[in-house]
Amino acid sequence: MFGSYLPILVHFVVVVVVAGAIMGLSAWVGVKRPSREKLSPYECGITPVGDARGRFSISFYLVGMLFILFDVEIAFLFPWAVVYRSLGWFGFIEMFLYIVILLAGYLYIWKKGALDWTR
Amino acid sequence: MAPLFYIFAVLAILAALSVVLQRTPVYSALSLIVVLCSLAVVYLLLGAEFLAVIQVIIYAGAIMVLFVLVIMLLNARQETPSDRSRLARWLGAPLLLVFLGELLFAVWERFPAATTRAAALPDAGPRAVGALLFRSYVLPFEVTSILILVAVLGAVVLAKKRL
Amino acid sequence: MATGSNMPLLLLAILAKVGVVLLVLLTTIAYAVWLERKVVARIQSRWGPYLVGPHGLLQPVADALKIFFKEDIVPTEVDRVVYCLAPFLAFSLALLSISVIPFGESVTIGGATIHFQITDLNVGLLFVFAVTSLGVYGVALAGWSSNSKYSLLGGLRSSAQMISYELSLGLGVVGVVMLAGSLSLREIVEHQSGLWNVFVQPVGFLIYFTAAVAETNRVPFDLPEGESELVGGFHTEYSSFKFAMFFMAEYANIVTVSCLATLLFFGGWLGPVFGPPLLRALLPVFWFCLKVFCFLFLYIWIRGTLPRFRYDQLMAFGWKFLLPLGLLNVLVTSLVLAWRST
Repeated sequence: MFGSYLPILVHFVVVVVVAGAIMGLSAWVGVKRPSREKLSPYECGITPVGDARGRFSISFYLVGMLFILFDVEIAFLFPWAVVYRSLGWFGFIEMFLYIVILLAGYLYIWKKGALDWTR
Repeated sequence: MAPLFYIFAVLAILAALSVVLQRTPVYSALSLIVVLCSLAVVYLLLGAEFLAVIQVIIYAGAIMVLFVLVIMLLNARQETPSDRSRLARWLGAPLLLVFLGELLFAVWERFPAATTRAAALPDAGPRAVGALLFRSYVLPFEVTSILILVAVLGAVVLAKKRL
Repeated sequence: MATGSNMPLLLLAILAKVGVVLLVLLTTIAYAVWLERKVVARIQSRWGPYLVGPHGLLQPVADALKIFFKEDIVPTEVDRVVYCLAPFLAFSLALLSISVIPFGESVTIGGATIHFQITDLNVGLLFVFAVTSLGVYGVALAGWSSNSKYSLLGGLRSSAQMISYELSLGLGVVGVVMLAGSLSLREIVEHQSGLWNVFVQPVGFLIYFTAAVAETNRVPFDLPEGESELVGGFHTEYSSFKFAMFFMAEYANIVTVSCLATLLFFGGWLGPVFGPPLLRALLPVFWFCLKVFCFLFLYIWIRGTLPRFRYDQLMAFGWKFLLPLGLLNVLVTSLVLAWRST
C-alpha cells in the first residue's frame, strides 16, 4: 500500500527543492538598492498611518468555526458515499437522519443572522 | 519503512517542542501544523490512508485555519514572559520528569517491544472505514450529528453579541 | 513495494515521471498566462502581446526572465520567516496535487505497462482536497506577515472565502463518488465509460465548478485582490519572484481544478479511439488535454465577461445557496440510487 505513496514523497521533495532553488536564486541574483521609502509598506504613496495589524470583524471568526463543523460533516459523507451502493435504503435513512439533524442547526444559524455578513 | 517512521516521528516531536517553546503565536501554530502533518504520515505508514487524509483535511486544513485566523484577528504579538512563580519553577521540572517516566513505563508495560509492529487493520482504505462506520457503528455516527449540532449552536452563541 | 535490488531503478523511474509532469505543468502555466492575455485582449478588442516572438509566443519567457532578475524587496517590519514561507507554501502545494491526476489510459507496450499518472491512490480525490485545504495558509500567512493593511485585509478575506467555498467544493463531488463507489480518480473515470457524469450529475458539476472558481480566487470571485479596493490583496507587498510564485500557484490551481473537473464530470481521457497502436495509446491523452484546455478557456472567458461580486454577496452565495444546494443534491442522488437498486 505504501508503495503508491512513495512517488508522492519523491514529487514533494522535487517540488520543494525546485521552489526553494528558484526563490533563493532569484533573491540572490536580483539587484539590491534598498531605500527607506522603498522598504516602507505601500499605502497609496503617503506615509503609513497607524498600526497595520488592527482588529477585525468577529464574522471571520464565526465563519472559521462554522467551517470546521460543516467540514467534519462532509468528511463523514465521503466514506458513506463510497459504500453507499452496498448499503441501499439503510444507508439512505442513516444519512437522511444525519443531514436533517444538521439542517436544524443550519436553519438556526441562518435565522440568527450568522450567515449575514453585514449584520 | 522504518527509517521513514523515525524521520517523521522525530519531526513530530521536535515540532511539538517548538509549539511550546516559540514565543510568537503564529510560529506555534505553524509548528502544530507540522506536528499534525507528520502524524498523518505516521498513520500512512500504519496503512491507515483514509485516516491520514482526513487528519490533514480536518486538523491541519480546518482547525488550524481557525487558529491562524484568530491569531490574525487578535493581532497577537510575541508573548511576554509571565511573572515566574518560584513554586512552578521548582516543582515543574521534577513533576514533568515523573510524568514522562510514568508514561514511558505504561507504554512499556502495555506494549512490550516484540509486539510494537504495525498493528493496523489489514485494509484501512475508505471502503473498509465506510463499511465499519455505517454498519457496525451506526449509533455513534448518528450521535456525532447531535454533537456537531450542539457545537454549531455554541459557535453562534459565542460569536454573536445579540441573539 | 519493490524489493531492495530494483529500488534505485524504481526511484529513477519515478523521478523521470515527476520531472516530465512538472515540466509540462510549468509550461502549461506559462502559456495559460499567455492565452489569458491573448483571449482577454480579443474580448476587449485589443491585440494583446504580439511583439516578443510570433504572436507574442515568447512573451512568457521574457516575463519569467524579467521577474527573475527584479529586485526582491522585503519591506521593513515584516516577519521575514513567514514572509518567505508564504509564497513557498502556496507554490509547492499548488504543484503537489498534480501527482494523483491520471492523464490517460494505461498502455502495455512490449510487456511493460505505462501509467500516464504519477501514482494512483485509493483516496486520490481526498488527497487533492487535503492539499487544497492546506493552500489557505499561503494566502493567510502572506497577509499576516506583510505588515500592511491591504495585505492583512486581503489575506483575511481570501482565507474566509476559500474555506467557505471548500465546503461546496466537497459537497459537489459526493454524488460522483456515490456513483463510482470509489475515491480513486482512475476508477471514477473508468466508471464513466457508458455515460459522462455531467449528464447524471449536472447540479453537482455546477456546484463543483462554481466553488472551484471561487477556491482559485478568480473572477467573479477575485475579491482577495480586488484592485479597486485592496490594491493587490494579500500579495500587495510582494515583489520579484516571490510575487510570481503566488501568480504561478494561482494558475497551477486552475490547471488542477480543470483536470479534476474533466476527470470527475467529463470522462477524463475517454473519447473515440482508433488507428494504429501508437495512436490508440496517445489519443486518450489527447482527449484529456483537449478537455482541460476547454476548461482553461472557459476560465478566461468568464474572466473577460463577468464583473466582481461584493463581499457580502459572495459569502451569502456560498453559505446560503451553494451549501444547501449541495446537501440537496446529495440527498436526491442517494434517493434515486436507492430507488433504482430495489
